[in-house]
Amino acid sequence: MRHALRLAVVFALAAPLYAQQVTFDRILHGDREPQNWLSYSGTLMNQRYSPLAQITAANVKNLQQQWIWQAKSLEKFEATPLVVDGIMYTVQAPNDAVALDAATGRVFWTYAYTPAPEGRPCCGRVNRGLAILGDTLYMGTIDAHLIAIDAKTGKAIWNTEVAKASARYSITSSPTIVKDKVIIGTGGGDGPIRGYIAAFDAKTGKEAWRFYTIPAPGEPGNDTWSGDSWKTGGVGVWNAGAYDPDTNLVYFGTGNPAPDWDGSKRLGDNLYSDSVVALDADTGQLKWHYQFTPHDELDYDATQVPLLADVQWQGTPRKVMLWANRNGVMYALDRVTGEFLKGKPFVKTNWLDGFDAKGRPHQVKFPTPEGTLVHPHVHGGINWAPPAFSPRTGLFYVASWENSGIIAVQGQFPRVMSSNSQQTAMGQTTLVPFYNDDTEPFGVVRAYDPKTLDRVWEFKMSDITWGGTLATAGDVVFSGGREGYFLALDARTGKLLWRASVGGQVNAGAMSYAVNGRQYVAIAAGNALFSYALPAP
Amino acid sequence: MKFTRWLVTALLASGLGVFAPRTAAAQHETAADLLDGERAFKNSCANCHGPDGDVIPGIDLGRGRFRRTMTDEELVRIIRTGIPNTPMPASQMTVEQAQKIVAYLRSRASTVRGGALAGDPLRGKSAFDRATASGGCTSCHRVGTSGSRTGPDLTDVGSRRSTVELERALVDPGADVAPGNRTYRVVLKDGTTVTGRLLGHDTFSVQLLDTKEQLRSFAKPDLREQGFLPSPMPRSNLTPQEVADVVSYLSTLRGQ
Repeated sequence: MRHALRLAVVFALAAPLYAQQVTFDRILHGDREPQNWLSYSGTLMNQRYSPLAQITAANVKNLQQQWIWQAKSLEKFEATPLVVDGIMYTVQAPNDAVALDAATGRVFWTYAYTPAPEGRPCCGRVNRGLAILGDTLYMGTIDAHLIAIDAKTGKAIWNTEVAKASARYSITSSPTIVKDKVIIGTGGGDGPIRGYIAAFDAKTGKEAWRFYTIPAPGEPGNDTWSGDSWKTGGVGVWNAGAYDPDTNLVYFGTGNPAPDWDGSKRLGDNLYSDSVVALDADTGQLKWHYQFTPHDELDYDATQVPLLADVQWQGTPRKVMLWANRNGVMYALDRVTGEFLKGKPFVKTNWLDGFDAKGRPHQVKFPTPEGTLVHPHVHGGINWAPPAFSPRTGLFYVASWENSGIIAVQGQFPRVMSSNSQQTAMGQTTLVPFYNDDTEPFGVVRAYDPKTLDRVWEFKMSDITWGGTLATAGDVVFSGGREGYFLALDARTGKLLWRASVGGQVNAGAMSYAVNGRQYVAIAAGNALFSYALPAP
Repeated sequence: MKFTRWLVTALLASGLGVFAPRTAAAQHETAADLLDGERAFKNSCANCHGPDGDVIPGIDLGRGRFRRTMTDEELVRIIRTGIPNTPMPASQMTVEQAQKIVAYLRSRASTVRGGALAGDPLRGKSAFDRATASGGCTSCHRVGTSGSRTGPDLTDVGSRRSTVELERALVDPGADVAPGNRTYRVVLKDGTTVTGRLLGHDTFSVQLLDTKEQLRSFAKPDLREQGFLPSPMPRSNLTPQEVADVVSYLSTLRGQ
């Protein structure tokens, strides 16, 4: 602890006076400069862990709000900011990039982008954040463009149309930087698209490779789609990827097949929907995949970010991938080979009763016209909200929800068979969870042991949450939810240590950074971005 | 003599007409007449022709360029009756009002330095690059991914600025500096001086892009002095033709 604190302070104070180019090496080793936050989840392992330790479980109760920045947007604020040497970069939804003074929240510049009006996918005109390489920022847009922006001036450098918004493609995720490429997937998979992940030259915006999330005829896996259903089978990509330099693989989660709730028109497993795909980062070639939910009819898409960790697995060091999936099951996979190591429900789950030797789930509940009780319902156990992992505690932190008692109906939007008739479409800020009685729906932050996937502790909230988690070297886990509280929990016990009423839903993951040796924690809530720190000495 | 010959050549090359020699009547307008003419132009003409009169292709009223040579009388008639089968409408103006507009435009055309010269964008790019090679334009300005960010970015300046504005920025750089391009200086209490492009300021803080291309933010209580500086853009020593060429080149810069 003391060592971590010292280390953090040394790093923070060692911040260069002038911003240097953000090389890929800096991004890859983001943990070496904890004052900065150089990618969506801090590093390309997506652990959303800050090595800063000025704010601790002992003193977090003293946190004070330092500034608020109000977005001029009524869309949900889902972006995680980047911080590079004292400058914060975020996105005002749908697609205005903004540079702020990370210590004061004052604006340096705003790059305003007006997306095409047809860029209106399911679940809001949102954006989850920027990526940076060199002195260029990268932003995916809701009308499926990828834009390079000068980080110093906010001027656009290039603008590449990734896909046609008129064909219902979109982009909501933060781009993933690997070497000299910007990699991003297309959202919009609840519509009749054929999703893909593509890499673009960071300097020019020219496409370098493309991987379709639905194989074409003649390619392995195309026979998992009946007839021509592969042409419009959806399988969007809604979130950032992860990268492991040892394997040179980039990992992405994929979305559900379309149409969402009617599998009769797309018989088969529908590869590579609801999967994680491991692609060669230089060529986009598929190296392995694991499908969490074959032939999905419940909208259980793998919209989450892959979280990479190195753990002792049954006594042996192993490079694993941890995944709390929308289908209510938590997974540990070998990220080198794709081997299924373990799967275990992390919320109430009844659609499967186990796995075969290769990890294929044995499904026992199927939606029917007359109705079937399915847990979890289409909202899942979690959506896109990012999880965290602390190398100090060795725990995996997930903000999720319990939400049950729903009947899914084949070929239609799931119909309510309970007393709650106010439910709304997922992704909306007015979302009302599905439930049969008032005890069923609740949000919860839980810690899990990645070696066993056993629950270690939990912190329950009255309402559900679309917020993520952040773990820090001060042994604090930050999270929040729809109730409009930003929470600090003890990373080892889950005890509530501090809270702030932020007056709006927390629909984003928190992040931490330092300026002039002072640690801050930032969270988007409602339509604003908040930053907290301990009182100035 | 030389200039006249050059002018004729330039006009022939450009294919544009200009104001015909001025009539005796039109030479007796007063300053008030010109002011009236300017107001009338801005109220009635600028909506379509633009504030500098150069929005419609082939016509640059600010420099007295038309699709063919025009006398004052012809211009007055067109202002009053319009041009059939074109978007140029008839107006309710009296002859006197129309004459004032013509007088204003003539006055403006004669005072825009080099305004009657046609520029060559290729020569302009060469002049721009030559200036760059000797530490000129791109030591402050940026085009695409080349050059400095300390001055206004020129990547799409042709779509944001009229030729008149571009010319003015070259020959009289301090005359009209856009709010986002103003130069600001802060002196910290330890004497450190930082200058840069002012991005924002409020009661308590100042935000700059400094001359080292770093985004900087200062708390005002930490400052000993602060304030605007004149534009660091030097007056050009280009010839009128070179100015026209550079303006022509800058007009082609329209981003992606």
